[in-house]
Amino acid sequence: MQPAVEIKGVSKTFRSGHADTHVLDRVDLTVREGDFTTLIGPSGCGKSTLLKIVAGLDSDYEGEVLLEGEAVRGPSQEKGVIFQEHRLFPWLTAEQNIAADLSLRNADVRRRTDELIALVKLGGFEKAYPRQLSGGMSQRVAIARALLRQPKALLLDEPFGALDAFTRAHLQEALLDIWQTRKTSMLLVTHDIDEAVFLSTRVVVMDTKPGRIKASVPIDLPYPRSRSSRSFTELRTAVLGHLEQRQEQEAYSI
Amino acid sequence: MSVSLAAPETALEAKPPAHRRKRRGVFLRGAVLPALIVAVWQWLSSAGLISEQLFSSPWLILKQYAALARSGELPHHLRISLIRASLGFLLGGGTGLLLGLFVGMYRRFEEVVNPTVQMLRTVPLLAITPLFIMWFGFGELSKVLLISLGAFFPLYVNTFLGVRNVDAKLFDVARVLEFSRYRQMTRLVLPAALPNILLGIRLSLSIAWLCLVVAELLGADSGVGYMIQDARAFMATDVVFVGITIFALVGKLSDSLVQFLERRLLRWQDSYKG
Ligand SMILES: Nc1ncnc2c1ncn2[C@@H]1O[C@H](COP(=O)(O)OP(=O)(O)OP(=O)(O)O)[C@@H](O)[C@H]1O
Ligand SMILES: [Mg+2]
Repeated sequence: MQPAVEIKGVSKTFRSGHADTHVLDRVDLTVREGDFTTLIGPSGCGKSTLLKIVAGLDSDYEGEVLLEGEAVRGPSQEKGVIFQEHRLFPWLTAEQNIAADLSLRNADVRRRTDELIALVKLGGFEKAYPRQLSGGMSQRVAIARALLRQPKALLLDEPFGALDAFTRAHLQEALLDIWQTRKTSMLLVTHDIDEAVFLSTRVVVMDTKPGRIKASVPIDLPYPRSRSSRSFTELRTAVLGHLEQRQEQEAYSI
Repeated sequence: MSVSLAAPETALEAKPPAHRRKRRGVFLRGAVLPALIVAVWQWLSSAGLISEQLFSSPWLILKQYAALARSGELPHHLRISLIRASLGFLLGGGTGLLLGLFVGMYRRFEEVVNPTVQMLRTVPLLAITPLFIMWFGFGELSKVLLISLGAFFPLYVNTFLGVRNVDAKLFDVARVLEFSRYRQMTRLVLPAALPNILLGIRLSLSIAWLCLVVAELLGADSGVGYMIQDARAFMATDVVFVGITIFALVGKLSDSLVQFLERRLLRWQDSYKG
């Protein structure tokens, strides 16, 4: 089957005056159709940069990015993007934000919006403005907004990073739920090893300076996963091992 | 967690009575000083301490209001003034809004247009008035153009500022969601710039009103400004006061109208403390 996202030999250098920062170095990564791939790595290793490239928001790079076999040229609804901040339009209500440029007076849009509101469990808040929503609710509106466009892949950049532990756990469950009902391919960026192992079918560990793929850990646990099970802890330790490797090397080199 | 809570809009729309009472209190406190001044003024002129000929009195002014309204003179002049001011405001403000939007949206356009506009902005309006009269005569055209020139700048500057303040991150969202140009304007740029645009409208309205007075005092055969000028020639102080208070009233009324619009349209704002 055609992979949802293919990243082939992507390199990226930020040029600013004299000091160039080589951020991504020949990154290869494939997200298979229906997969839940998580990207994890130290801060500043280029995760957001990579996600922006896949989203088509940054076209200044070397290499190739394919979405279902077709080269990515610019941003589009086919690649849903969830940013760390919800980025809702403050002047639109929750349901208007989900519809965004579409009209809720259109029966089809109305029906799909209502379905999504139920899916992300926002019933009762359709008419609320973003300022009246909590961080977790806002992020769910953002997810619904992306899903309404039926994207081929959903790109999430630390979507739950700014939330408290309870809300985060709640939204992780919600995201799993969406993934399982919608079968949308996911590419998630996170700092949280626990989140990575809990959600994904595969965890990809990135190295920093320059950012490159260091390891790929398949997570073969059945859903729903229990965070306290032994296999879960083992996998978490494995991912942590890959992440810490670099730090040890750094420690020795000092 | 979500369904058990009441829909937030109900909480939003039913303003608590305490809030209303507070606003009434604010209004009353603001009215104390004007009421006091009127009372003292009336007392001074009734007691014969100031000349009624020069300073008139609140009571005389009120009587004059009634007389002028009955004769149809006041409605006539007021109507003409309102038409002039509205035409000028629509022409100048509309141009300012459109130009501000374009200059805000397209950097190239800004580079070409903005320096010239900023230069013109520094020219005092009163200095241009003689030119306008030479070019367009004493007729309606020169009046409306003078008013529209005054109304142009505040809306232009504030719209431009508003567009530039639109969060670049939201533009990224609009790109990802593939907004059409039209939708980008109506769902992103205009609403985001709306607080600034409304401020621009308020400023433009007050300047339009100001320019109207200037235009009508300089030369006209109708309008509230003419009424004042005419009354001055006959030393009819009370009519002068009628004209002045009418200007003040209509000015305040139009300002309140925009404020009301602000309250309605900017409900979504976090910072709004209406
Ligand atoms: N616009 C830019 N101009 C110059 N350098 C940039 C720019 N954006 C990012 N960088 C640099 O690229 C590197 C990677 O940034 P990026 O935001 O992708 O990191 P990240 O892995 O997402 O980090 P975090 O986990 O903290 O979000 C950083 O060193 C950053 O300084
Ligand atoms: Mg990042």
